[in-house]
Amino acid sequence: MLALLVSLTVLTLAFTLTRLSGDLAISIAGPAATQEDVEMVRRAYGLDRPLLQQFFSWVGRAAVGDFGESFFFRARVSDLILERMPVTLTLGLVGLCIALVVSIPMGILAAVRENTWVDRLVQLVAMLGQAMPGFWLGLIMMIFFGLQLGWLPVSGTGSWEHYVMPGMVLAFSAIPALTRLTRSGMIQALGSDYIRTARAKGLSRFSILFKHALRNAALPVVSIASVQLGFMLGGSIVIESVFALHGVGFLAWESITKNDFPVVQAVVLVLACIYIALTLAADMLNALLDPRLRG
Amino acid sequence: MSLLEVRDLHVRFGQTAAVRGADIVVERGETHCIVGESGCGKSVTSLAVMGLLAKGAERRAARMAFDGIDLLPMNERALSRLRGDRIAMIFQEPMTSLNPAYTVGSQMAEVRTRHKGGTRRAALDRAEELLGRVGITAPGLRLGQFPHQLSGGLRQRVMIAMALMNDPELLIADEPTTALDVTIQAQILRLLAQLQAELGLGLMLITHDLGVVARVATRVSVMYAGQVVETATTAELFANPRHPYTRGLLDCLPVPGKLPPGSQLGTIPGMVPKLTEGFRGCGFRSRCAYAQPACEADIPLYGTTHLSRCVLSA
Amino acid sequence: MKKAGLYVGLAILVLVALAAILAPWIAPHDPYAQDLNNRLAVPFWMEGTNPANLLGTDQLGRDYLSRLLYGARVSLIIGVLTVIVSGVIGITLGVLGGFFGGRVDDVVLFLITTRLAIPVVLVALAVVGLFGSSAVLVVTVLGLLLWDRFAVVARSTTMQVRGLDYVSAAWAAGCSTPRILLSEILPNILSHLAVVATLEMALAILLEASLSFLGLGVPPPLPSWGLMIAEGRDFMFFSAWVIWIPGIALFVLVLGINLLGDGLRDLVGGRA
Repeated sequence: MLALLVSLTVLTLAFTLTRLSGDLAISIAGPAATQEDVEMVRRAYGLDRPLLQQFFSWVGRAAVGDFGESFFFRARVSDLILERMPVTLTLGLVGLCIALVVSIPMGILAAVRENTWVDRLVQLVAMLGQAMPGFWLGLIMMIFFGLQLGWLPVSGTGSWEHYVMPGMVLAFSAIPALTRLTRSGMIQALGSDYIRTARAKGLSRFSILFKHALRNAALPVVSIASVQLGFMLGGSIVIESVFALHGVGFLAWESITKNDFPVVQAVVLVLACIYIALTLAADMLNALLDPRLRG
Repeated sequence: MSLLEVRDLHVRFGQTAAVRGADIVVERGETHCIVGESGCGKSVTSLAVMGLLAKGAERRAARMAFDGIDLLPMNERALSRLRGDRIAMIFQEPMTSLNPAYTVGSQMAEVRTRHKGGTRRAALDRAEELLGRVGITAPGLRLGQFPHQLSGGLRQRVMIAMALMNDPELLIADEPTTALDVTIQAQILRLLAQLQAELGLGLMLITHDLGVVARVATRVSVMYAGQVVETATTAELFANPRHPYTRGLLDCLPVPGKLPPGSQLGTIPGMVPKLTEGFRGCGFRSRCAYAQPACEADIPLYGTTHLSRCVLSA
Repeated sequence: MKKAGLYVGLAILVLVALAAILAPWIAPHDPYAQDLNNRLAVPFWMEGTNPANLLGTDQLGRDYLSRLLYGARVSLIIGVLTVIVSGVIGITLGVLGGFFGGRVDDVVLFLITTRLAIPVVLVALAVVGLFGSSAVLVVTVLGLLLWDRFAVVARSTTMQVRGLDYVSAAWAAGCSTPRILLSEILPNILSHLAVVATLEMALAILLEASLSFLGLGVPPPLPSWGLMIAEGRDFMFFSAWVIWIPGIALFVLVLGINLLGDGLRDLVGGRA
């Protein structure tokens, strides 16, 4: 219910946004267009109809996945997005996996060694990661891994190697939050009565850490991980344009610079819907992990 | 050989001495109660025996042995072989002592397979049998339930059953009834006493309730301000208390018919001293009517079977 | 150890702020003055450096140190203004939701959820792309987008404070609702909000740099650090320092603000 309401609001915002910027017909027709050209464009794109009518016809079509036609690419927007989506999703998932693989062990380590130099080091790394501008890190990695070491391709979409650097950069943005959350969750779990019970039962250290503590510490991490994935997909626009990865973010960036508003609207909407779907998925996953939420 | 032998145990948390001289001997098949008010160090003593003290705690003792095995030099790994197998423990907080993420059956079975091996199926069968034994109806159903689906009393029964999974020789129960309703308290206590008798367990029961002591204990150790101040058989202690604190404690106990209605119960005036570093001697002296200069020095436990840490018993 | 972070962060912020304020006096050159005969001069640690341009020059021969100093102004001004805009929006919503609860709170929660669903960078880029780039627009857009954490923290802390005795006492004394909100609630949640403000400022500075890097932030020739990195991008494989210098400046400033925020959080003892 809430999800539906949020989608509708984002829909309205996406629509309003593009109509606020003045006469779209003029920008579509281009600077060299005559008055007649502009009028023609206006009629062709239905921009001469009342605003409300335009809105409802757009919403009606968007609801069934029809976002109209791109002004610049001369193709259906939905086709454009579908074609580019795998790149962005791959990038997001690679980023999330790297982030989880790095931050969960770091968080556990920091919690187990709470208040030692290990803990402080982990927190310092998280702090450094948080301050790192992603696009800059991307460029630096290009110079280092791409040019000086020649290990990885500098840009493009061809093979899996193209995803390594962008994935790492994207992961960097999520690592600080995930590490901190894992750490605090593990500290809380390790101080709990049921861990004392587990120790009193003589269970192995492995079982205590990974079966009994991590399972409970993982609950907030799952929620934040899904939110972070949403942010990563949204933030992929920067990384994709740095590495010239032809995903949805790159498409959006191109469209913005070309004033191709149907595409921009659609990408905003699709990313918002993915975010909402991700939070719902996280809720369901948490219900699987936490029997108390199952009632 | 005694089942558990603790001599001159000291535990410190930073500047605070939580335990500063605990001597406890638990024999096979007996119920040994440790009684004392909150903060006297009785829980810390039990956790020290199990090696479950919080980080930062400092433990030393003249001797600490289980069935003749010296516990002092043991590391976590070696201790974990004993814990849950030959020594089991149940805690004060049944609501939070079970892991919310796993079923009752899974938590009970893992302690069996960890120490005795065997299949999970066999462990679950054993769990079901023990759940029945601790008076839980429909034990097969309970195995698949999660802790949050059970009441506090039921959870404590599960904890007891879980502690019994490997037929331990020593069961340490740290105020197992404090967090429960009064009617449930009586049931759990009766269950513990009955199981102790049937299984011939050594039971070390920590409580602040002298009524509990009178009903179940074979021997009693009274703790005050981090020290065991008196140890005797239950009958002996109640009939002939030697330490002034024990006497004060017994005077506070309401005995039906003995006091006229409307009269005041006894109280012990004064406060427990702060056990900062360097505190020596009897912790009770500031509240004791018989205090004398000698009370400020370290006092040993006097006596052979009935022990008392008081200069009057010298 | 924890306090050290606070002081280091504060020192960094003060230093950058001084550089920004004093830029017209301490900058050795006009940051906009081009010198096409002196393009991409190397900084002081490399061979063949020119002492007149300590940090070298960019592709148009503009003095890099001067641009860096003026760039600190862009970052800080945009950071501070964004926090003011987003703070006003977020705190108002959060306090209202937390204080009144019920329907009001439902609406506030809905707004927060909606805001979180909106991809910030994309929408900011789209808006700047549609309206044309300007610093004012960047502040407006980021301010309108970054209020969520303010709202979340203001809401939860208000809920805690609302139940406390002195608020009940103010009710009992017959104080009006606006009076209670302004003089009882707000001062008591301010410390938590200060923590959020630092974190959001760091985020705003990073985002401005990202937008400028993509050519949709502050317009050239303004010396934004993000823009400097974008302009240096074409030369980075041969003269890596053109992106190292503004990048490190950006990284250190954001790190400093985050350290300050983290230190404050420990002082406040909150979980903002």
